[in-house]
Amino acid sequence: MSDPFLIGEAMTGGYGRGGPDILHDCTIAVDRGEVAVIVGPNGAGKSTAMKAVFGMLDLRRGQVRLDGQEITALSPQERVRHGMGFVPQTHNIFTSMTVEENLEMGAFIRNDDISGTMEQVFELFPILRDKRDQAAGELSGGQRQQVAVGRALMTRPKVLMLDEPTAGVSPIVMDELFDRIIEVARTGLPVLMVEQNARQALEIADKGYVLVQGRNAHTGSGKELLADPEVRRSFLGG
Amino acid sequence: MIDLLNAIVALSNFVLVPAVTYGSQLALGALGVTLIYGILRFSNFAHGDTMAFGTMVTILVTWGLQALGVGFGPLPTALLALPFGIAACMALVLVTDRMVYRFYRAQKAKPVVFVIVSIGVMFILNGLVRFIIGPGDQRFRDGENFIITARDFKDMTGLREGLALKTTQGITVVTAVIVVALLFWFLNRTRTGKSMRAYSDNEDLALLSGINPDRVVMVTWLIVAALATVAGTLYGLDKSFKPFTYFQLLLPVFAAAIVGGLGSPLGAIAGGYVIAFSEVLITYAWKKVLTYLVPEALEPDGLVQLLSTNYKFAVSFVILLIVLLFRPTGLFRGKAV
Repeated sequence: MSDPFLIGEAMTGGYGRGGPDILHDCTIAVDRGEVAVIVGPNGAGKSTAMKAVFGMLDLRRGQVRLDGQEITALSPQERVRHGMGFVPQTHNIFTSMTVEENLEMGAFIRNDDISGTMEQVFELFPILRDKRDQAAGELSGGQRQQVAVGRALMTRPKVLMLDEPTAGVSPIVMDELFDRIIEVARTGLPVLMVEQNARQALEIADKGYVLVQGRNAHTGSGKELLADPEVRRSFLGG
Repeated sequence: MIDLLNAIVALSNFVLVPAVTYGSQLALGALGVTLIYGILRFSNFAHGDTMAFGTMVTILVTWGLQALGVGFGPLPTALLALPFGIAACMALVLVTDRMVYRFYRAQKAKPVVFVIVSIGVMFILNGLVRFIIGPGDQRFRDGENFIITARDFKDMTGLREGLALKTTQGITVVTAVIVVALLFWFLNRTRTGKSMRAYSDNEDLALLSGINPDRVVMVTWLIVAALATVAGTLYGLDKSFKPFTYFQLLLPVFAAAIVGGLGSPLGAIAGGYVIAFSEVLITYAWKKVLTYLVPEALEPDGLVQLLSTNYKFAVSFVILLIVLLFRPTGLFRGKAV
């Protein structure tokens, strides 16, 4: 079996050099054209696992590979240049800048013409076109998340990573955001995301990772996990 | 009717024109403070002395040009020397950043540590400037003194009150407008300027977006050096140059930046004028203006001066306190101190 496009394999580590381990032998991967979600109870290390893949904590063991290339030692900034797009859970937009400026800053590492990519983002999130000259901090929660995802897309990443994109938005907005994320994935861009709303997330997932206490508890396709009685009982409320 | 006109002219001559001039100088100073606060995230106590250093170099070059017989016609020779002052000041702040601040940035030191460090830098610059040019008053203004003298104004209008407009006042306002326009164009229209705003807004996300922090810091220092030198030179031309005065300017400059909202360039400008107008209005002797406006029976006996000019710094201080108590983020919602 060939290597998935992005894989964090057998990752063990925590924040800081002397800090306790949060992840234990944890593996997360996403392949081309797939949506992979990380779910699990509070404090299971979902966000930590994603941050580990993105290089935001020191791994004691394990490695991260992107398109077959080992990137374990790279800083998050270097990973962005290698094609990883990351949307943090909070503070993920420039609140004092306009929507358009947010997108421009997203494309800061590019030196070519960005208007085509910006047009694609506006097609994906039409509301942003109308609000392009408005300060991003004035937008609603769902619109801000669209700006955040749009900003990450501006680098034309090879893989998109979302840390709880639906945190703090209403259920209706959540459904809409999920629709958009599926749309992004359909363009062939692999999407790896951490989700609090396990059921909805697994419904759209090609692959799901259930983490418990920093370990892989269950892994499978979204449908398999939804059908798994143990997963249902422990995380999905029966 | 004539009385009203005379009152307006007197008010303009003694309050409006000086306050607009002083406000422009404070605004340029406060812009430097607010940029450092927004991007390097500390209150730079060495700013007054950075202004003094840039102005000192400008003065030395002005003297050199004067000795060579180079002049600028009716305008002060200092304007020709200004680019040299700016260049020297840029070199100074880059060296300071390299030798001092960079070390603490690498340590990720707390802002309060940076403030203390900047106080150290302040003392060193203070000594450096006094060592080179001396602690005394230096005059370096030449060219025409007035655009319109009070006498010309009276002859032209036939009013009893004159409105004098000093060359330095005209230059200050025109220069401030040009500098501020350039700064805002840079911050809002260029890629580097936008990356500075992004870095100020959200440092982590700016790093994720591939914005180079070293470059942002360097460009910020260069802009701050230019602003400080321009502000200091304009102030020196308008009043006079004395190292201690520049150290004292720190209070109104900081008051302006905080009143406007630290980190907000627009706020720094508004704050500059708020402080300048408050200072001038409160320390102005209103007797003359009131004499024109109220009936003879009500004419005031005293000077109607709320506060002696000796206490003008108290005004900035009180405004600062009021703002910090009731609206800590300032008029334009900067960062809370």
